[in-house]
Amino acid sequence: MTERPSLFNIVSVVFGFAFLYLPILLLIIYSFNESRLVTVWAGFSTKWYVQMINNEGLMNAAWVTARVAFVSATIATVLGTLAAIVLIRFGRFRGRTLFSGMIYAPLVMPEVITGLSLLLLFVAINLDRGFWTVVIAHITFSMCFAAVVVQSRLVSFDTSLEEAAMDLGCPPARAFFSVTLPVIMPAVISAWMLSFTLSLDDLVIASFTTGPGATTLPMKIYSQVRLGVTPEINAVCSVLIAVVTVGVLAASIVTKRREVERQRAERAAIAGN
Amino acid sequence: MMPDEHAKRTAWGRRLVVAIPYIWLLVFFLAPFAIVFKISFSEVQIAMPPYAPVFGWEEGFAGWLDKFSELSFDNYLWLGQDALYINSYLSSLRIAAVSTFLVLLIGYPIAYGMARAPTQWRPALVMLVILPFWTSFLIRVYAWIGILKKEGLLNQALVGIGLIDEPLTILNTNIAVYIGIVYSYLPFMVLPLYANLEKLDRALIEAALDLGCHPIKAFWTITFPLSLPGVLAGSFLVFIPAVGEFVIPDLLGGSETLMIGKTLWSEFFSNRDWPVSSAVAVLLLLILVIPIVLFQHFQQKQAEKGQ
Repeated sequence: MTERPSLFNIVSVVFGFAFLYLPILLLIIYSFNESRLVTVWAGFSTKWYVQMINNEGLMNAAWVTARVAFVSATIATVLGTLAAIVLIRFGRFRGRTLFSGMIYAPLVMPEVITGLSLLLLFVAINLDRGFWTVVIAHITFSMCFAAVVVQSRLVSFDTSLEEAAMDLGCPPARAFFSVTLPVIMPAVISAWMLSFTLSLDDLVIASFTTGPGATTLPMKIYSQVRLGVTPEINAVCSVLIAVVTVGVLAASIVTKRREVERQRAERAAIAGN
Repeated sequence: MMPDEHAKRTAWGRRLVVAIPYIWLLVFFLAPFAIVFKISFSEVQIAMPPYAPVFGWEEGFAGWLDKFSELSFDNYLWLGQDALYINSYLSSLRIAAVSTFLVLLIGYPIAYGMARAPTQWRPALVMLVILPFWTSFLIRVYAWIGILKKEGLLNQALVGIGLIDEPLTILNTNIAVYIGIVYSYLPFMVLPLYANLEKLDRALIEAALDLGCHPIKAFWTITFPLSLPGVLAGSFLVFIPAVGEFVIPDLLGGSETLMIGKTLWSEFFSNRDWPVSSAVAVLLLLILVIPIVLFQHFQQKQAEKGQ
C-alpha cells in the first residue's frame, strides 16, 4: 500500500506507540528518583542502582538467570533449526501432523499448564529439581519459537542452491553447513536471541520447575513486587530493559548489514558471469 | 563410496534430523500431559510427592484394569461442585474474549497506519512494535502498578488537570486486568495484522473509490475481509494465552478477579493440592483444545501457502 497516510493513520500510530512506550519510560525515569516513594519525584539519584549492585541475593539470581538463558537458548536454537528443516524440507512423513502440532501448540499454551506438566514429569522420573530442570523447561518452549523464526526464513529460500550442491556430489550434511546455514544465519541468530529473552523473562514456568539454589531473577522480582513497588526493583527492571534493547538493536543492525553485503556479493557474482 | 551406501547414509541422516526434535517434544511436551492426566485422577496425600500413586508399570495389564475401577473422579466432582472453579473458568473466558476484542480494536488502526506509512519508515516501525515484546512481561505489568495505584501517576495527572476530584480506584480491579492484557498482548495483534495489511493490493480500494464507493464502505467490503487471516492469527495469539494468564490477574487484579491461571497457581503453591491443580489443568486444556487445534491448522495452512 502506498498512498499518503491520512491524519487518522498518523494519530493512531502515534497514540499506539505512546501507549506502548510511556509505561516503560516512566518506570526508567522513576528508577532515578531520590525518594523511596516511587510516585513522588524528589530529585535525581543513582542510589538505587548502587543498592541493587550490593544486593547479593539479587545478583546471584541474575547470574543464575543469565546461565540458564545462555544454555537453554543455545540448545533450543539447535533443536528449533532442526525442527524447522523437518517442517519445510522433509515433505510428508508419518507423524508429521503430530510433529507440527507439538511445534505450534507450545506457542499459545498457557504457561501454568506447561509449568505444572513439566514439574509432574520431573517428579515422576525422580529428577532433582534445580538449574537443569529449568533449562530443560526453557528449551522445550523456546525451541518452538526458534523453529517458527527459522522456518519463516527457510520458506523464502530457494532450494535450487542446495540441490545444485548435492548434484555436484556434496553430501546433504555438508550442503547444509556450507550453503543453507550461511543464508539462514540471520534467522538463526534472531531465534537464539528470542530464546534467550524468553528464558530471561520467564516467571511462571521457572517457578514450577525450579528447586533449591536455582532462584531466577524474575522469581526474585516477583516476590519483591508482591511486597510493594520499590525504586530498587525499578532499577533492576531498567537495567534489564537496557540490556535487551541494546542487544536486539545491535543484532538487527548486524544482520541487516550482513544481508546487504550478501546481496551485493550475489549481484557482483551475477554481473561477473 | 558406493552410491548405494551413500543413499543409505543419507536416509539415516534424515531419520536422525527428524528424531532429535521429535523425541525431545514427545518426552518433554507430550508425555507430561499424560502424567497430568493421570495425577488428576489420584487422591491428595500428605507426602512428597503429595498424591497417591495411580498406575504403575509393575502391575501389568490386570493390575491396570483393577486400578481403572478404583479411579477417583473426586477431583473433577469437586471442580463441578465448588462454584469457585466454574466461575474462574467462565470469568477467564469472558476476560480473554473481551480483551481480545479490545486488542483488535486498538491494534487494527495502529497496524493500518503502519501499513500506510512511507516504505522507508516501515522497518523502523515494525522494530518499535517488536521491541516491547522482547522486554520482560513481568516488568511491563509491574510498570502499570505505579501508574494505576491510588496515589499513582494516572490519578495524579487526572486530578492535576482537574478532570476528577477524588483519585479513582483502578488497581486491583478487573479494569486494571483489561489494561494489562491489552498492553501486554498488543504486539501479538499488530504484527500479524500489519504483515497482512502491508501486502494488500491498494489498486482494489482505489478502483472502488474511483467508482464512487464511500471510503468507509470500501474499508468494510474490501480491506477488512481481505485482512481476516491477520485478524484471525492475531486473535488466536491473544485469546488462547490470555485465558490461562497468571501474572496479570495476580499483580493487577483484585479479590474480585477470578482467573483460572491464578486459581491453578494458588491450588498448587498455597494449598499444595497437586491432584486438584492437575484436574484444573486438564479442564483448561479441554476448553482450549478447540482454539489450539484451529490455530495449528491455520498456521500450517499459512506456512504451506508461503511455500
